[in-house]
Amino acid sequence: MSGSLSVALTGNPNTGKSTIFNELTGARQKIGNWPGVTVDKKVGYVRHNDKDIMIVDLPGTYSVNARSPEERIVIDYLMENHTDLVVDVVDSSNIERNLFLTLQLLEKGIPLIIDLNMQDEAKKRGIKIDVKKLEKFLGFPVLLTVARDGSSLKNMLNVFTSISMEGYGPSEKLQDHIAKAKEIESTVTDEKARQEQLIELRYAFIDEILRESVTFSHVGTTTSEKIDHVLANGILAIPAFLLIMYAVFQITFEWIGQPIADFVDELVNDQFLGWASETLADAGVADWMQSLVCDGIIGGVGSVITFVPLIFILFFCLSFLDGTGYMARVAFIMDPIMRRCGLTGKGVMPLMMGFGCGVPSIMGARALDTEKDRMLSIMAAPFLTCGAKLPIMALFAAMFFPDDAANVVFAMYVVGVVMAIVSTKLLSHTTFKDDNSTFLLELPPYRMPDMKTVLLETWDKGKGYLVKAGTIIFLGCVILWFLSAFNSEGMVEDLNDSFLASIGSVIGSLFVFQGFGNWEAGAAVLSGVLAKESVVSTIGILYGMPDISAEAEDAVETAEAMLGTGMGSAFTPLSAIAFMVFSQLYTPCVTALGTIKKEAGGFKWMVFAAVYMFVLAWVVSLLVYQIGSLLGF
Amino acid sequence: MTLKDGKTGMTLRVDSIGESGLKERLMTMGMLPGTKIKVLRSAPLGDPIAIGLRSYNLAIRRKDAEQIQVTAI
Repeated sequence: MSGSLSVALTGNPNTGKSTIFNELTGARQKIGNWPGVTVDKKVGYVRHNDKDIMIVDLPGTYSVNARSPEERIVIDYLMENHTDLVVDVVDSSNIERNLFLTLQLLEKGIPLIIDLNMQDEAKKRGIKIDVKKLEKFLGFPVLLTVARDGSSLKNMLNVFTSISMEGYGPSEKLQDHIAKAKEIESTVTDEKARQEQLIELRYAFIDEILRESVTFSHVGTTTSEKIDHVLANGILAIPAFLLIMYAVFQITFEWIGQPIADFVDELVNDQFLGWASETLADAGVADWMQSLVCDGIIGGVGSVITFVPLIFILFFCLSFLDGTGYMARVAFIMDPIMRRCGLTGKGVMPLMMGFGCGVPSIMGARALDTEKDRMLSIMAAPFLTCGAKLPIMALFAAMFFPDDAANVVFAMYVVGVVMAIVSTKLLSHTTFKDDNSTFLLELPPYRMPDMKTVLLETWDKGKGYLVKAGTIIFLGCVILWFLSAFNSEGMVEDLNDSFLASIGSVIGSLFVFQGFGNWEAGAAVLSGVLAKESVVSTIGILYGMPDISAEAEDAVETAEAMLGTGMGSAFTPLSAIAFMVFSQLYTPCVTALGTIKKEAGGFKWMVFAAVYMFVLAWVVSLLVYQIGSLLGF
Repeated sequence: MTLKDGKTGMTLRVDSIGESGLKERLMTMGMLPGTKIKVLRSAPLGDPIAIGLRSYNLAIRRKDAEQIQVTAI
């Protein structure tokens, strides 16, 4: 036997469907977008018993009423593409509600393999399903799996390659049910009443299935209930949440992420840079080439590469927490607070990612329920202190407030969060008014996350950062280097004669009232639109410290060196604060802008975000400087 | 009474669900007239509340819970 086979996976959210998909296909998957919508399209490949199997992981949905883009994708895909097999993944511990989708699909005439997943959990909860009876009741094949157990998945692949769906068809009982559903569809004209009658019919049939083939034995309080009693109950839930988030940030910025980042920094900025500059010198290349490669490209791209470990560790922690089911609890406990800020509890997870990088944070808004929630979350994310803004804050704080550096950096995080809230309030009363926000969220049982799934998700969210380093930042570094090394007459000796100085002084003049109207700051602001990582390296180059470290950890050392340059006199402590506030809030980097265009659905939102955030930052930094001056700082 | 007035630990039976954008979603997720639900807990600030039905748990805001007529059993 050889050949190829196509399989579609469908099912409710939280059924372990993605775990099955990831365990079956591993790294051999492609994640793209369904045409026209911002919903992930996941396709994976596996070879088994001489067959090439293509598996499509359809979005998890509770029904296929085509009310949401996800539901439309599922039903359109299944009706239009005649995949060889359609697997309906059912959470056995929650079989009642899961069978709703099963019935809906069977009514549409889609032959299913019903996979009763999470067998281990069902057992723990005292739920026993008689497979033979269920098969007979519906007339379609039923499989048992435990997603993390390799042998049950191997069995699943065996079934894929050997089963013939020809031998299956709706049982008499199911045919009766389908006939009744057809009758409702053809006789009840009111859309609402029709849907409600259909839903009632399906649940009545599900009750019949349960009576026939499932036994529930009472078990005491489940472990999840016990954990929720602490983590999602009463006033204790909030300190518990803060403690967990504190641990995530410690792991990222102190315990694990930063040491790896330091190691990478050493590797790139010392060893590789040294090697490259020697090699180029030995090869006898021109000075400008040497300068382009070492100062421009390696300096710029290198400073981004050193952030990669931080970003990946943060996303790993958040994906892990998401896999345990805790993130649903976070949405639950934070909803009242988020709602007062104009957002929703479900927005916590995407916004948390904003402290790593705005791009996945903006993309994470996909998971929210309403258009209004999505737009507000997209527009709030760029205000947060992403990994690339941190070094700006760290450098300025260490230079101008050596005794209070940590507090000043923390204050900038607060400024970001407060402005995200203020802006959300503002937008929800002006731009995104009419839309009723609702909140309906399943709280799945706590589970040990599947490591493969966590790692694949981490990679999926973090890889954009690597791509960015290789494309936009690479390009930006080359452009910036060119602008700083040339003017209309050729290569310049003195930076003050360069293109960059001319452009920077135009931009800088916008910030006279903020106290940083010099051309160097103007050029740094410009480079920050390419990538926020470039702000510190631009400042370094312009003030004659080309090998400035972009790492927060080295800020103190760098600050001491920088104070000896012109930078020490170019800023006062107050104008430094104004610059930090401005950097925190202004126009997101081009990668984030591109993501906004894609996720918010249009060029106009991208331009809106760019202009709106620039103006807001300009006004706030102006207020900071002017009020600060009046108060005599 | 409505689900909004449900106290932690109470078991309730759904009598009807008011017309709203949420009704069909709630029904799809298994909340029909006659369904038994249990109030599990409320979030730290009293809202939303977590309820158990058909062997799974669901979080719902009190504002939406107000639309659901229930009887204590």
